[in-house]
Amino acid sequence: MKVALFERLSQGHQTSRYPAVLPALPDRLRGRPTVDAAKCPPQCRVCVDACGVQAIALDPMTERPNPRVDLGKCLFCGDCEEACPTAALRFGPEHRLATSRREHLTVQQGHEYALAEQLGAELMRLYGRSLKLRVVSAGGCNGCEVDVNVLGTIGWDLGRFGISYAASPRHADGMLVCGPVTRNMELAVRKTWQAIPDPKICIAVGACAIAGGPFAGHPEQLGGAAAVVPVDLFVPGCPPHPLTILDGLLRLLGKVRG
Amino acid sequence: MSDRWCVTRNGVAVALRDVPDLSLDVMSADVVAAVSAGARLGCWSGDGEGRIVAVLVDDAAGELRVARARVGDRYPSLTPSCPQAHLFERELAEQFGPVAVGHPWFKPVRSHARWTPGPDAWGRAADMPIVPGVVETFRVEGEDVHEVAVGPVHAGVIEPGHFRFQCHGEQVFHLEIQLGYQHRGIERAAVGGPHPQTLHQMEAAAGDTTVGHTWAHCLVLEALADVAPPPVAQDLRATMLELERLANHVGDLGALAGDVGFQPTASFNGRLRGDFLNLTAALCGSRLGRGMLRPGGVRFGADEARRRDMTHRLHAARRDVTGSVELLFHTPSVAARFERVGIVRPEEATAAGLVGVARRACGTAVDARHDHPVGAWLQTRVDPAICGEGDVQSRAWVRWLEICDSLELVDRLLARPLDGELRVPMPSLRPDHLAIGLIEGWRGPVLHLGLTGPDGRLTRYKVVDPSFHNWMGLALALRDEQISDFPLCNKSFNLSYCGYDL
Repeated sequence: MKVALFERLSQGHQTSRYPAVLPALPDRLRGRPTVDAAKCPPQCRVCVDACGVQAIALDPMTERPNPRVDLGKCLFCGDCEEACPTAALRFGPEHRLATSRREHLTVQQGHEYALAEQLGAELMRLYGRSLKLRVVSAGGCNGCEVDVNVLGTIGWDLGRFGISYAASPRHADGMLVCGPVTRNMELAVRKTWQAIPDPKICIAVGACAIAGGPFAGHPEQLGGAAAVVPVDLFVPGCPPHPLTILDGLLRLLGKVRG
Repeated sequence: MSDRWCVTRNGVAVALRDVPDLSLDVMSADVVAAVSAGARLGCWSGDGEGRIVAVLVDDAAGELRVARARVGDRYPSLTPSCPQAHLFERELAEQFGPVAVGHPWFKPVRSHARWTPGPDAWGRAADMPIVPGVVETFRVEGEDVHEVAVGPVHAGVIEPGHFRFQCHGEQVFHLEIQLGYQHRGIERAAVGGPHPQTLHQMEAAAGDTTVGHTWAHCLVLEALADVAPPPVAQDLRATMLELERLANHVGDLGALAGDVGFQPTASFNGRLRGDFLNLTAALCGSRLGRGMLRPGGVRFGADEARRRDMTHRLHAARRDVTGSVELLFHTPSVAARFERVGIVRPEEATAAGLVGVARRACGTAVDARHDHPVGAWLQTRVDPAICGEGDVQSRAWVRWLEICDSLELVDRLLARPLDGELRVPMPSLRPDHLAIGLIEGWRGPVLHLGLTGPDGRLTRYKVVDPSFHNWMGLALALRDEQISDFPLCNKSFNLSYCGYDL
């Protein structure tokens, strides 16, 4: 007991002071990309070809290329950035990525990125101070689950924001889905959703849950949570940094703005 | 072992014409003889062209032996004389159709339709929907015997799987594990590749083993293309692999502490695990090691300032992990819950073909870094960490020994220059070749097998996560245990669902 107390003193207080203070993020973190289309050479489509999951598209009508990055599909691997001959496409340190609508997950020059909005008045009244989520792992790689779980550790202490993970859908206010929703998990996801009392919300975490991730197009999966249930929050990444997930959850509850 | 087989090594390609086409009887008999002489069945899988490709892993000799044999719709099962084959035979039937006649428990593995045209191994009609988890399960009958069914969705933030216990009161007679819910078609999709998305799918074969799987994949492609990554890249890969091991082992010891209600280590390690993930991110920007390993080398190096910063953070984490874990192992109430719980006997581990941490916890000194070294392991010797009791305590202790070793290894690797030439260009793959990549991930050996056709494209790609071998170990550990010890036993293995389901 005494030893445990000494060790506790030695390890000290470890909970992040976020959102008051932004924690240090790795300098090589690939957060939200930026596109400086003025640097794009005419006819260039190197980034489009470098992407393994077709997350980048060019508008056929424009004279100069202006790459459009779909962050719902993007794995944030950086292959496009590495291939870009003029550093027009760069991944930045920006961790704020979550949106309320699928079509808002777009990065393109001249396009403002619309971050997630707070829940409506009625849902805020019900869940603004206490949100219980049922997490369903539906066919990904367990990577998003890892970073969802991390928010429960002392480093992040998700409970201080009134958010926790529920062991039963009957006790939950919403569902958090990871994975592309495999055919073999479709029924379980539907049943979990049905078992959650109304009103309820659904959060899709990671590229798989948004658009199938690296498995997009496989007949073994459905291409994300939205194929099965309505989604209220999209958190892109493969997997998203825990701070990106937390930022999304707190935006939904109006606890982080701007 | 017979010299009929083609002998190769980890990460060395062989021409398919040098891989013997044996008769199935001869190949089966050779496998039984080799396994009884101490080899391990690393792979027994269809090649998509009507043959079985078998890989025998000879840890003592550091060799891999390969042969193949034509198979029809039915063949005599290997499992009764070689239990290690049980899951491979079920997988083969599900993917390509051959029925293993005499298999003691012949049922689907991942609940998907047959890949190739032809009769289904279980006689299911082609238009019949395959409902996951709806399979026959072993059932104990009798007064007071009851059945507990759990999953696929579990109470925590964990992957889906169905567990069925046959119980007499608290006592578990038998546990049957049915997975497949995470099946997303990785192996099937790799055929005709490597495709642009193949590498990303290998990175996501099992997210917690990103480096293990990606390295095995790169090793196969590099062998098939006959290129060698620069030495610096090999050191960086080794650094990444050991950081992955550290993060997971530290997290597992914390989770084990949590399962016996020992909060200090559970809390400390939950945070410390993140410190190792953040060290991985310091190298490559991703906490899970995404975007770092690429065929031909790696993407990011580390200059002296970065290495110094990482070493500093590694030493700080080492102090805190040591304090936290010593607390765990010095607490008698923890020992009372860890010791003599969830025992797998050495002969059971051998028969079932267990690998990695679970095998070393039964006293067998096997570690692919030592037995089948590639890259940095050719210069840096790693001795397998063993402990002999086969219980939860042993599996925890092996993890602690490996944490100590990996801390030392990363410290030494970070003292070497880690910048300069990081990557060599990848030519196309040699046609009609076969290569095996074997990397000791944190759970155990990750085996990838690639075969190319006349056009140099992959005709078959096989992924064997260590969990594929070890789920049976969990079932064995639960025999005669209390059902209330299931979470503890489960955590002591901490196997991958997605790595098994692919």
